[in-house]
Amino acid sequence: MSERPPATTTQLPAQSPPVDPAETEEAGRRTPTATAGASGRLSWWHGDGGEGAKRNLALIGVLLALFVIGAATRSDLYSNPDWVWANMLSILKLASVVGVVTVGMTFVIIGGGIDLSVGAIVALAGVWCTTVATQSFGAGGMIFTAIIVGMAVGLVNGTLIAYGRLVPFIATLAMLVAARGLAAEISQKQTQISQNSTINGIASTDLLGIPLLVYILAAVVAAGWVLLNRTTFGRRTVAVGGNPEAARLAGINVKLHTLLLYVLSGLCCGIAAIMLTAQATSAQAAMANLYELDAIAAVIIGGTLLSGGRGTIIGSLLGVIIFATITNLFAINGLSTEAQNMVKGGIIVAAVLIQQVQFGSLSQFFRRNRLTTS
Amino acid sequence: MTGHDAVSGTDVPPAEATAGDVVLRLTDVVKTFPGVRALDGVQLEVRAGEVHCLLGQNGAGKSTLIKVLAGVHRPDSGHVEWCGEPVGFANPQAAMRSGIATIYQELDLVEDLSVAENVFLGHEPRRLGFIRRGHMAGRTRQILGRLGHAEIPPGRMVRALPAAGKQVVSMARALSHEARLIIMDEPSAVLAHDEVGNLFRIIRELTAQGIAVIYISHRLEEIREIGDRVTVLKDGRTTAANLPARETPTSDLVSRMTGRTIEYVFPDRPAETVVGDELLQVDGLTRAGEFADVSLSVRAGEIVGIAGLVGSGRSEVLETIYGARTAGAGSVRMAGRTLRPGSVGAAVKAGMGMAPEERKSQALLLGEPIYRNVTLATFGRYARFGFTDASRERAEADRIAEDLEMRPRDVRRAVRTLSGGNQQKVVVGRWLLGDTKLLLLDEPTRGVDVGARAELYQVIRQLAAQGVGVLLVSSEVPEVLGLADRVLVMREGRVVRTAPAGELDENTVLDLVMAGSLMEGAPA
Repeated sequence: MSERPPATTTQLPAQSPPVDPAETEEAGRRTPTATAGASGRLSWWHGDGGEGAKRNLALIGVLLALFVIGAATRSDLYSNPDWVWANMLSILKLASVVGVVTVGMTFVIIGGGIDLSVGAIVALAGVWCTTVATQSFGAGGMIFTAIIVGMAVGLVNGTLIAYGRLVPFIATLAMLVAARGLAAEISQKQTQISQNSTINGIASTDLLGIPLLVYILAAVVAAGWVLLNRTTFGRRTVAVGGNPEAARLAGINVKLHTLLLYVLSGLCCGIAAIMLTAQATSAQAAMANLYELDAIAAVIIGGTLLSGGRGTIIGSLLGVIIFATITNLFAINGLSTEAQNMVKGGIIVAAVLIQQVQFGSLSQFFRRNRLTTS
Repeated sequence: MTGHDAVSGTDVPPAEATAGDVVLRLTDVVKTFPGVRALDGVQLEVRAGEVHCLLGQNGAGKSTLIKVLAGVHRPDSGHVEWCGEPVGFANPQAAMRSGIATIYQELDLVEDLSVAENVFLGHEPRRLGFIRRGHMAGRTRQILGRLGHAEIPPGRMVRALPAAGKQVVSMARALSHEARLIIMDEPSAVLAHDEVGNLFRIIRELTAQGIAVIYISHRLEEIREIGDRVTVLKDGRTTAANLPARETPTSDLVSRMTGRTIEYVFPDRPAETVVGDELLQVDGLTRAGEFADVSLSVRAGEIVGIAGLVGSGRSEVLETIYGARTAGAGSVRMAGRTLRPGSVGAAVKAGMGMAPEERKSQALLLGEPIYRNVTLATFGRYARFGFTDASRERAEADRIAEDLEMRPRDVRRAVRTLSGGNQQKVVVGRWLLGDTKLLLLDEPTRGVDVGARAELYQVIRQLAAQGVGVLLVSSEVPEVLGLADRVLVMREGRVVRTAPAGELDENTVLDLVMAGSLMEGAPA
C-alpha cells in the first residue's frame, strides 16, 4: 500500500471506460428529449409535435428583440415606416442567397451528414455559368449550367460519402478545396462579367414591391418544407439521419438516399449561384466565401440536431434571417464587420448552449463523434 | 495483503479451494436506468486469492455490475464492502486507487504510446515534473516479468502488439496500481485458443500472490478450468452464489443462468398446424468466421425456431437471410425465387420483415412518433406521388396498436417513452402492415416483461395461423420449444440438429447447445 500513486492526478483518460453503445443509449434517454412529440396538436409550420414550433417561436422572439435594438439605436430611421419596410426587404434580400443554400444544408444535416463545400459549389457554378461560351446560350443556358454543375458536384460528394464510405466532413472538405481550384482554373482568376440582362435582372426586379430574390427564397423554402414534411423523401431523410441501421433494416436504400441529399444540396447551390451572380452581375472563384459556415451556423441555431434525425426548415430560415438582421443592425449603426463577426460567433455558441441544455444535442453530437469519452 | 479485518462468510457454503479472506462483499445492490432495472439485488462475495467467476446471459447485468465495481456507476441502493469497509467509488480513479482494476473487453490502451507509458499512464513516476523514463521502463520490465512476459520490450508501441500482448499490458497496468482485485470482462474473447492457456497461467500467478480475480466468460469450460467459485446472474439478480466452479453440474449452472424465474405462458398449440407451401428455402448459406453450410426451410404458417448460444451464429444467419449481411456462399430463395445477396430491399420486396436483436439501435427512431415507426417500412405505400399520407398512416398504426394492445394507445407519442415490450410491439407491428409473408424475429422477448411476453407469443401464433412464416431466434430454449413447430439447434456456426419441437425437450437442446462447453470429466 505504501506505493500508492500520488493522488494529484486528476484526469486519467485511459482509465475512462470505453463507450458502450447501450450505455450511450441510456445516457441519451436521461436527457430531457423525452418530451419530444408528446403534445398532441399538430402545428401547421412543423410536421408533428410542438417542440420545433416552440423553438421557432423563440427564434422569432430573438428577431423581435433585434428589431427593438435597432429601433432603440436608430430611432431616427425606425420612425419612418417606409424606411422600416424597405429595410426589412433589404434584410430578406441579403438573406436570400445564403437562405437557399441553407435549405439544402438542412436536409444534409438532418440526414446525418454535413456539406462543407457549398460555398465552393456556388462559386464553381457561378463561374461556369458566366464563361463566354455558356453566356452565348442565353439566360436559360446559364441557369441550366449552374444547376447541372451544382448537382454534378453534389453527385460526386454523395458518391464518395455513400458508396466510397468517406466521412462527410472529409469528402466535402476536399471538395471545398477542389471546387474552388477548378473555379479559379476556369475563370483564370478573372472576374467574369455577366452580360445577360435577364440574369442580371433577377437581382434588380421587384414584383408587387418585393424583390424577385425574396420570391425565389420563399419558393425554395416552401418547396423544402413540403419536401421534408410531406413527402416520402423527407421521411426517409429523417429516418436515415435518425437511425441509419433501422432505416436500412426497414428496407430503405440508405446509400442512395444519402447520395440524393448531397445532390439536393448541390441543386440549391446552383440556384444560389444564379442569384449571387445576378446580384454582382459577375462571378469569380472567390465568391460565396465562407457560405458553408453561414449556412451551418443558421441550421444549428435553427435547432436542427447536428447528429441528424431532427430539424426544421423554418428554423433554418429564421437562423439565416437572424444573421442577416445582425449584419443589417451593424451596418445601420456604422459598426465594423469585425465586431459583427464576434457577435455572430457569440450567438452561435449561445444558441448551441441553450440547445444543449434543452435537447442534449451537443452532447449527442460529441458522443456520436467520440470526441469525449465519458 | 494480509491483516484486513474482513468478515468471513457465514451463510456461504465453504469452498475448499479458497482460504483467503473476503475482500469484496456486495449486498442487495440495485442499479436502475430509466425503464430498466439493470441490477435488481445482486449479492457477491470475493475472497483474496480466488478466481471468482460471474456467469450470466447477455443482459443479465454483468456489465453494469462491473461498472459499479469500477466506479463508473454508483448503485441506487445496497452495500458495497471493500476490505471490510463500506465504500462508494465516486469515479473510476477512486476505484483504481483503492486497488480495484478492471480490464475491459475493449482494452482501453492508447495505441500510439509505448508499453511503459501505457502501464503508468496517469501515474507516471516523476521528478520535478519530468517523467523518469528509465525508472518507468525498469519498473514496467519488473511487472511484466512478474506476469511471466519479460520478453515484451517496455519501449514497444502498443499498436505493434498482438491482442494477447495488449491484454498483458492491461494487466501490468493493473499491477502498477497495486491492484488487489482485478476484474476481467471476457478476457478470452479476444484471444486465440492456444493463448488462453497463457492467460490462465498469468491468472494463477496473480492469485498465488493473493490477488482476487473476478472472471467473466460465457465459456463454461474456462470457468471449470480457472475458476474457484461461481456466482450466477439472471435478470439483474444473483440466482446462485459461491457455487464450486469445478463440481457444480453443467445442467445446474445452465438452468440458473437461463433460468426458470420467468413464467412462460404460451398460447395453446393449434390442434393441427395448417402448413402451406414452402416459403423460404436456404441452401448452404456460409459466411466465413460466422457460420457455415446452413440450410433450412420455412413453410407458410410454420414457426421455425433456432436455438443457440450467443456467438453460435444464429443472429448472423438471420441477418444474412434478410440481406443485412452478404453471404459468402449459398442461396436464399423466397417462394422459389432467388434473392440478391446483401440486399435488404430485395428481401423486403419479396415479403420478408425482421425484428432485429437490438431494438433501440437497429429498429427504432426513438425520437419519432409511434406511428412513424410503425410505418417505417410501409410509408411509401400509403404515399401518393411521393406525398406521404400521415392521417392514413396514423389510422393504420392505430389499428396495429389496437390489435397488439399497445400502451399507450396514442400513436403520436415518441417511441422512447414506451416500455421495452411496447417498443417490441412497434417493431413487430411494423411488419403486420403491408404484405409480409415471412417474419424474422431475433430475440423478440429480450427486455420484455412477462405480461407483454405472453401477448407477443399470442401475436406470433396468430400470424402463423394467418399463413405467415416465422423464423425465430432465441437464447431462451423454452421459448423456442414452446413456440416453434420445428427447431434447429446451432452451435459454433453450424446446424447440429433439426427436429420437430415435439421430439425435443429442454435438456436435450441445452446439451446440444452447450456440447462444446462440456468439460471432459466434468460431472454433467
